[in-house]
Amino acid sequence: MTDTFLDVKGLTIDIPVGGGTLHAVRGIDFELKRGEVLCIVGESGSGKSLTSLALMGLLGRRIKVRAERMDFDGTALLDASPRQMRSLRGARMSMIFQEPMTSLNPAYTIGDQLMEAMLLHRDVSRAEARARAVDLLEKVGITAAASRLGQYPHQLSGGLRQRVMIAMALMCGPELIIADEPTTALDVTIQAQILRLLVDLVREMGMAMILITHDLGVVARVADKVAVMYAGELVETGLAADVFRAPMHPYTRGLLRCIPQPGKSRRGEPLGTIRGIVPSLVGEVSGCVFRTRCDEAVAACRGTIPQHWPGDGHAFRCVHASGARIAEQEGA
Amino acid sequence: MANTTVDPLLEEIIGPTPGQLLRKRVFGHQGLMIGAVVLVLITLVALFAPQLAPHDPYAQSLVARMKPPVFLGGTWEHPLGTDHLGRDYLSRLIYGARVSLMIGAIAAAISGVIGTAMGVAAGYFGGRVDAVVTFLINVRLAMPVVLVALAVVAILGGSLTVVIMVLGFLLWDRFAVVMRASTRQVREREYVAAARAIGASTPRLLLTEIMPNILNNLIVVVTLEMAHAILLEAALSFLGLGVQPPTPSWGLMVSEGKNMMLFEPWLVLIPGAVLFVMVLAINLMGDGLRDVTAPENRN
Amino acid sequence: MLDAAKTPPALELRNITKTYTVKQGLIGKRRPLTAVRDVSLKLEKGEVLGLVGESGCGKSTLAKILLGLEPPTSGEVLVDGQALGVQDRLALARRIQPIFQDPYSSLNPRKSIADIVSLPLRIHGIGDAASQQKAVRDMLDVVGLPPRVMNTFPSQMSGGQRQRVAIARALIMKPEIVICDEPTSALDVSVQSQILNLLGDLRAEFGLTYLFISHNLAVVEHLATRVAVMYLGRIVEDVSSDDLFDASAHPYTQALLQSVLTPEPGLGVPDTQLGMAYPNPIDPPSGCGFHPRCRHATNLCSAQAPRPVPHRDGHVECHLHDPETAMFGTD
Ligand SMILES: Nc1ncnc2c1ncn2[C@@H]1O[C@H](COP(=O)(O)OP(=O)(O)O)[C@@H](O)[C@H]1O
Ligand SMILES: Nc1ncnc2c1ncn2[C@@H]1O[C@H](COP(=O)(O)OP(=O)(O)O)[C@@H](O)[C@H]1O
Ligand SMILES: [Mg+2]
Ligand SMILES: [Mg+2]
Repeated sequence: MTDTFLDVKGLTIDIPVGGGTLHAVRGIDFELKRGEVLCIVGESGSGKSLTSLALMGLLGRRIKVRAERMDFDGTALLDASPRQMRSLRGARMSMIFQEPMTSLNPAYTIGDQLMEAMLLHRDVSRAEARARAVDLLEKVGITAAASRLGQYPHQLSGGLRQRVMIAMALMCGPELIIADEPTTALDVTIQAQILRLLVDLVREMGMAMILITHDLGVVARVADKVAVMYAGELVETGLAADVFRAPMHPYTRGLLRCIPQPGKSRRGEPLGTIRGIVPSLVGEVSGCVFRTRCDEAVAACRGTIPQHWPGDGHAFRCVHASGARIAEQEGA
Repeated sequence: MANTTVDPLLEEIIGPTPGQLLRKRVFGHQGLMIGAVVLVLITLVALFAPQLAPHDPYAQSLVARMKPPVFLGGTWEHPLGTDHLGRDYLSRLIYGARVSLMIGAIAAAISGVIGTAMGVAAGYFGGRVDAVVTFLINVRLAMPVVLVALAVVAILGGSLTVVIMVLGFLLWDRFAVVMRASTRQVREREYVAAARAIGASTPRLLLTEIMPNILNNLIVVVTLEMAHAILLEAALSFLGLGVQPPTPSWGLMVSEGKNMMLFEPWLVLIPGAVLFVMVLAINLMGDGLRDVTAPENRN
Repeated sequence: MLDAAKTPPALELRNITKTYTVKQGLIGKRRPLTAVRDVSLKLEKGEVLGLVGESGCGKSTLAKILLGLEPPTSGEVLVDGQALGVQDRLALARRIQPIFQDPYSSLNPRKSIADIVSLPLRIHGIGDAASQQKAVRDMLDVVGLPPRVMNTFPSQMSGGQRQRVAIARALIMKPEIVICDEPTSALDVSVQSQILNLLGDLRAEFGLTYLFISHNLAVVEHLATRVAVMYLGRIVEDVSSDDLFDASAHPYTQALLQSVLTPEPGLGVPDTQLGMAYPNPIDPPSGCGFHPRCRHATNLCSAQAPRPVPHRDGHVECHLHDPETAMFGTD
């Protein structure tokens, strides 16, 4: 397929820790076409940030990243030299982080930080970079953009800072944007605005986006494709429409039940929960990692877990082949 | 790894207690361990000076003046030789450890109490208290320590007590600055608000909620100021305004040896070297403590 | 009805204003910041009042005033009809307890869980060491923690567990009122639902009254019987939860409702039409504080602050809904 421009197969991330190896990410596969939005969703600690940092080549040498394949538009990211990676980062792929305050440098003006990547990667004059910065700030909805260039990050509100981060990520016209929980630290009202902005920009500029979140509400509204991640594995993947219409994996269904929905979930009625927490991944990990928290766990969950394809491109890993049984019950 | 049956609840308590974690970090920190071992040795030497010293540090002997140490051809009678009055250099060095440690510890304790009280009060109460303390800190920082100490000692006359007092009352500035900043930080933590909402009194808040959480910074400053005081004492004694002869202080020994430095350099080098080792050990320990007591908050 | 008139509300705010003085920049001059502006609010016994609004609108300030942690600049707080100033601090602490947002900063990292949960008992001198230990064990059981966590430290726990500890500490003295200041905002959705369920169960079990603060209307709506919407230091709408969906009036309430992202694919991200004008409490807009972000704003809105008018069984502050000014607003 020529238009699959990000192709990841068997991505594995191991972290040596005191007393063993933390198998933080274990053999995950996904692919992305231009113009698509892929959402990776899962609780904190499931390895979402590590995955995105691995794609950007930003993990330290201590952390071992392996993959059968990790290609960005024909470039094998794992074999790329540090120089090649640097010329990709910020230019053709860029990242937006959760906490805009810590990812903006408090000592430099917004303008300097916006222009930096462009001056580094593209052969442009300062005036041109500046013009682009103003242009993009306006595009992300910041008024009086030219006068903002001289401001420092602390002079902006959280929502504005996140817009600046987005503008910064767009400076060089990247083909891929990785947004790691870009709205988790923001108010819901601001979250809606920022997500809308991101989706519009991705469509307009024909970029691809990987959006990382722990909120299925966000996923439902922005994703073309969903990858549900649990404890370092993708337990369910597919088109957003399919996954939300018929969630198959008990974890996906559990996450959906947790969300309070005004007007839908009855007030005062208990919400669904997933008991326990993400298990420790130090040492050998075998069988289904979700079995310790799963209400449908059986003895077979300790063995090899088969993968099922309930639909075109919709896949999940579970010993229960017909997760649909329970999904229908719940839909009723 | 023991990964047989996983009890989901058991797994939820993660990792060692802060105490265990601290122990592991302390014993895994080379600099801290080296500094601590050296300091413990020096302290033991100081404590058991009467038992360890081969001679009376004050006993003069005009026939045995300026004997060289063994490694320069001296005898084992005086392993580090003797000074210009024929006093055993090793014994004086051993007793000198007492003086240095005492000055360091007491001066750091006095300034620690003053500085911590001021800093914690300023950080916790803010407002006018903070303004006053900040002013006092600035006044103190504007005074050159050595010159003020010299002036006071010159007026009051040098003695161990005067030196300790002067240093104790001069070196509180770093305590105040650091404690003020850490208190301001900790005061904003929600557990302090929670304790207030429970009805805890202010002294209780300061003692049980604030102090334990700024203690790590305090310990680091204590080590730094101890080293600072020891060096200042040496400087004062060297200038003849510190501890008065015949008290064996390392600074004084350097001072007394300086006249003979060209002919008998070891008279200066030996006390200089132990001073250097001791200050280095204290600083290694301070740095190490700063590393290992970084807040337990993981993630 | 008669009875209700006799029992005073568990907690009442009368014309509370809180003004801080802030310094802008290094050499900036001191300026007043009004975090809470003439707010009156009642918390009836046994109800769950949700307080919702964007960060910086003054929710936590209000909570601190209720807890007696900050004195109001003006106005009074009444507990069971009695002025807060009159009540003894310790007596107040027995009746009102907080649960805070950040489970990583609300527990003292140097203390064991047993110490943290038993602190209220020790401060109030309730029982001896043995009975305190037993009370702690029972309370931990109530919030769903096994007794063996007693000797562990906060750093050994997950965010959800820490929040359970904070709840145990708040409830160990059997208070009547619990002020929950964004208790789930720092948690994963899966853990949030556990904590919300727990808070719901505890309310039933102990007959608690909650003030539940959040910036997420979906979370507030799930627990609350009544919702107060706060904007820039004012309660702009006060509505019963049953009316929230169909009959809430204020444009800001509607924007908050809209911005809740339910997991329904195909709907896309809603357009809240809130615009970019973020409110700055140091320099509040003239007239209605919300007018720069309001799609219905008229000249009147920037000129004159709306007054509270009754709406259903609550009130709303909006010119659109004030019969006297609505006619000017709609043309
Ligand atoms: N540098 C690191 N050293 C050790 N463990 C790490 C490191 N980075 C992440 N981890 C661990 O890897 C797991 C996955 O982390 P992360 O990718 O940040 O999760 P997520 O983004 O999904 O919340 C967690 O258990 C985390 O503690
Ligand atoms: N101690 C304080 N000093 C100065 N300003 C404060 C203080 N506490 C809160 N504020 C200001 O008051 C406003 C309301 O804050 P807060 O009550 O914390 O809002 P919320 O809880 O709704 O996010 C904010 O603008 C905040 O900056
Ligand atoms: Mg993350
Ligand atoms: Mg708040």
